[in-house]
Amino acid sequence: MIIKYFSWIREHVGKSEEEINLPESVITIDDLINYLISENDVYKIAFLKRDLIKIAVNKSYSSTSTKINNKDEIAFFPPVTGG
Amino acid sequence: MKKIESVLIKIKIQKNDFDVSKETKQLNINQPGAIVNFIGIVRGLDDKTNEKIYSMTLEHYPGMTETEIETIIYDASKRWKISAVTVIHRIGKLFSSDQIVFVGVASKHRQNAFNACNYIMDWLKTKAPFWKIEESSKEKKWVKFNASDNDAIKKWTEIK
Repeated sequence: MIIKYFSWIREHVGKSEEEINLPESVITIDDLINYLISENDVYKIAFLKRDLIKIAVNKSYSSTSTKINNKDEIAFFPPVTGG
Repeated sequence: MKKIESVLIKIKIQKNDFDVSKETKQLNINQPGAIVNFIGIVRGLDDKTNEKIYSMTLEHYPGMTETEIETIIYDASKRWKISAVTVIHRIGKLFSSDQIVFVGVASKHRQNAFNACNYIMDWLKTKAPFWKIEESSKEKKWVKFNASDNDAIKKWTEIK
């Protein structure tokens, strides 16, 4: 699975993209966030404002309850500020 | 230009500046009757603190940005009769007074063009995955989402 990070989330995580092998216990986006946080403290800081963070699965807006699989591209980013 | 339903669509995410007159001419096809353009410009002062902004750097999510904008244009075309839409959004480092975004809508009648242009811009601000970092003499900071942008889209969800 590819995970992408943007804006200040990228800065906290320290990379814009990474590839992970999804553990079987991870079913939803919520599980994925919990898994990442358990793996490394940088994610704890990155996901501190968890309710604020937007999620995309395969480049389309999704929610924390969205089910995911190893082929998906996930993205985490703050509310958008273009225009 | 690509065609969705009967609407000609051009979406560009680019570092380079754009030429408003050239873009307007491109929208002037099939005798539209009205073209409405919106041009967003980089502010030199922070709205809240009045502090001087030295520069602004924009990043986006390639692929998702284009899809989101296309969906917004498609939704606008369902609400108003429009014939062509161009959206250009710049990325990279921009300075005060630089052009940042262009939304041009062509239609047979002006009200449809005005409304669709306003609608596309409002939704772009809340949905298209762009992020800005502002640099002042003191610091570099990520621009926070403006709650008034959420209020702006309410008018489109309340009125049908």
